Amino acid sequence: MLRLNEKRALSFIPSLYLVCLFLIPTLIMIFIAFREPGDYGGVAPLISHVDNSAQINLTLDSFKFAFTSSFIGQLFLRSMAFSIITTVFCLVLGYPLAMMIAKSGKKYRDILLLMVIIPFWSSFLVRVYAWMIILGPNSGVNYLINKIVGTFGYPSVNLLYSSFAVVICLIYINLPFMILPLYANLQKHDDTLIEASRDLGATRLQSFLKVTLPLSLPGVLAGSALVFIPSIGMFVVPELVGNNCSLMIGNLIKQQFLQNENWPIGSVTSIIMTLVVLGISLIVGIFASRLKGLKYANK
Amino acid sequence: MAILEIKNVTKQFGGNLVVDNISIDIKKGEFFTLLGPSGCGKTTLLRMIAGLVSPDSGQILLDGVDITNLPPEKRPLHTIFQSYALFPHMTVADNIAFPLKMAKWDKSRIDAQVNELLEDVQLSQFKDRYPHEISGGQKQRVAIARSLVDRPKLLLLDEPLSALDARLREHMHMELVKLQEETGVTFVYVTHDQHEALALSSRIAVLNHGTIEQLDKPDIIYSKPKTHFVADFLGKCNLLKAEVLATTTDTVTLRVASGIEFSIKDPASSSYQIGQIGWYSLRPEKLKLSAENTFDATNLSVIKSKVNGYYYYGNDTLYELDLGNNTKLQVMAPNHTSDGVKFFVDNSEIYVAFDPEAGNFLDTSSC
Ligand SMILES: Nc1ncnc2c1ncn2[C@@H]1O[C@H](COP(=O)(O)OP(=O)(O)OP(=O)(O)O)[C@@H](O)[C@H]1O
Ligand SMILES: [Mg+2]
Repeated sequence: MLRLNEKRALSFIPSLYLVCLFLIPTLIMIFIAFREPGDYGGVAPLISHVDNSAQINLTLDSFKFAFTSSFIGQLFLRSMAFSIITTVFCLVLGYPLAMMIAKSGKKYRDILLLMVIIPFWSSFLVRVYAWMIILGPNSGVNYLINKIVGTFGYPSVNLLYSSFAVVICLIYINLPFMILPLYANLQKHDDTLIEASRDLGATRLQSFLKVTLPLSLPGVLAGSALVFIPSIGMFVVPELVGNNCSLMIGNLIKQQFLQNENWPIGSVTSIIMTLVVLGISLIVGIFASRLKGLKYANK
Repeated sequence: MAILEIKNVTKQFGGNLVVDNISIDIKKGEFFTLLGPSGCGKTTLLRMIAGLVSPDSGQILLDGVDITNLPPEKRPLHTIFQSYALFPHMTVADNIAFPLKMAKWDKSRIDAQVNELLEDVQLSQFKDRYPHEISGGQKQRVAIARSLVDRPKLLLLDEPLSALDARLREHMHMELVKLQEETGVTFVYVTHDQHEALALSSRIAVLNHGTIEQLDKPDIIYSKPKTHFVADFLGKCNLLKAEVLATTTDTVTLRVASGIEFSIKDPASSSYQIGQIGWYSLRPEKLKLSAENTFDATNLSVIKSKVNGYYYYGNDTLYELDLGNNTKLQVMAPNHTSDGVKFFVDNSEIYVAFDPEAGNFLDTSSC
């Protein structure tokens, strides 16, 4: 057993991480949001000397701009929409798969789980490039789609460089993050509960809806958070497979820091995004704590 | 009239014969017990009745209707699982209402029925609690209420009390019998606890290796076990090697433990062969002990013996006697009788007497 002092000493190191890698950068970001943009990128000096009098350069202009810009609002809405679609599709595709893995015998279970994890062995970029080939203009998929579209008299389409391609890639990249927490939840379910519900008059479908599904809600929430939160800040995918009409909020933030070099606007946008994610997490958290009986359900 | 007919039901798991051609008729309103050691197939038989496992062959009829191929939800019977299987995300009241909701009862009727059941099992003040907020005994009662709420034709109970402590278990015994009598629902009860089986049941089927060893009322099973297994499994029993010396139409003369000879009544005696070897079973409490040979030898067999060891149980003491030839005899003697039985220590010389009619000859030639 550790004594109290030792416990405190041990928790010091993680606290140090948090302060250095999270708290200080966040404070810097908030500070930058109130600064004036520099003429050649970065931020303007905090104190400038005009006519022998020192002037402190702090402003709310970046906030005003961010909240009035319809462009930024549009990017936020689009990011939300993409992330919600991605989360829903990951849930619909991932749930049956997680269920199948959880119900399969010990021998196959490990192989199936491995297959879910294998994509992580290759780089994220490589996987997106793979999709660029799959969806590209010379791919069999694109050819087939255009054949079908053509027979109905529509003009041919490009799958790549579209919102469609962005969402497909987001779903593909995030699917394992939905499957794994769902699997972890479903695999703990007690089969006797299903047997009991059948015995008490529930059909297979009713058993699923009344017992399995409610008991898996913690897994659904965990998986959805793990998919939604990274999706909303994603910028690599829209940059590689999207077009001008599929840019997301992450692209704007990156642009403000690296191309337009307007750090204050980049910071403000980052703050808004962080608040949005925090707000959603809070709502989900409150919802989860309402599921009273569930807390002990999966023990 | 039989409410449940099990006809030649057989089940194998991977070449392992778990239920071997079992046939049982269970009467309406009975408290029927399946008793047997671990792994003898009790749960498997029960799960086949519930529809959770399908038999390889044979038929199961409920109230004259063949239910062998019905899915579990279509069978008008319920199971109480050893782990209670309460739904952890539902309150006590919602758990009990579950079968009624599945059967699409009206909301007002459901509420009335659930409240009635809550009262029956004295859990009204716990109706809004979740299963993790009540005790094991209370969970047990919720499981019972949930299974009786829509008045099934049959209730299957798979070792429902094994997770409770001894005192609570005894209390639940009485409650179960009371509930069964009040509701009139037929109970099929699985246990490996012989005391429980004897105390609760109207009839018991003793199972071993997937077959029925004996099926009868508790007192018959206990006092007239038919096989070595039944005699040994239910309570303590002396099983002494016995040789058939002579038979008449309704008596058999035996030589027991290579020395003691006597005749007992036995309706099956005409089927025995002279010289046949079997077992003579005698319960330890049927024997009497005394320091002096004061027994009346006209009706009793009296043997001189020596105390090998004893176990003090409080109300009585179990003595182990040595009859020679590697034969041991267990005697259960009450500790507080008026007939002068006193405590015997190791190696004391004593006389032991029994009425031969108190025991049975077990014919093992058919096994
Ligand atoms: N689904 C199954 N697959 C394979 N073997 C099984 C299965 N179910 C039961 N068995 C085997 O069948 C035998 C009987 O099991 P069963 O559960 O019916 O015994 P039981 O009499 O209820 O025992 P216990 O008193 O321990 O509960 C055991 O040897 C068990 O291993
Ligand atoms: Mg069992």
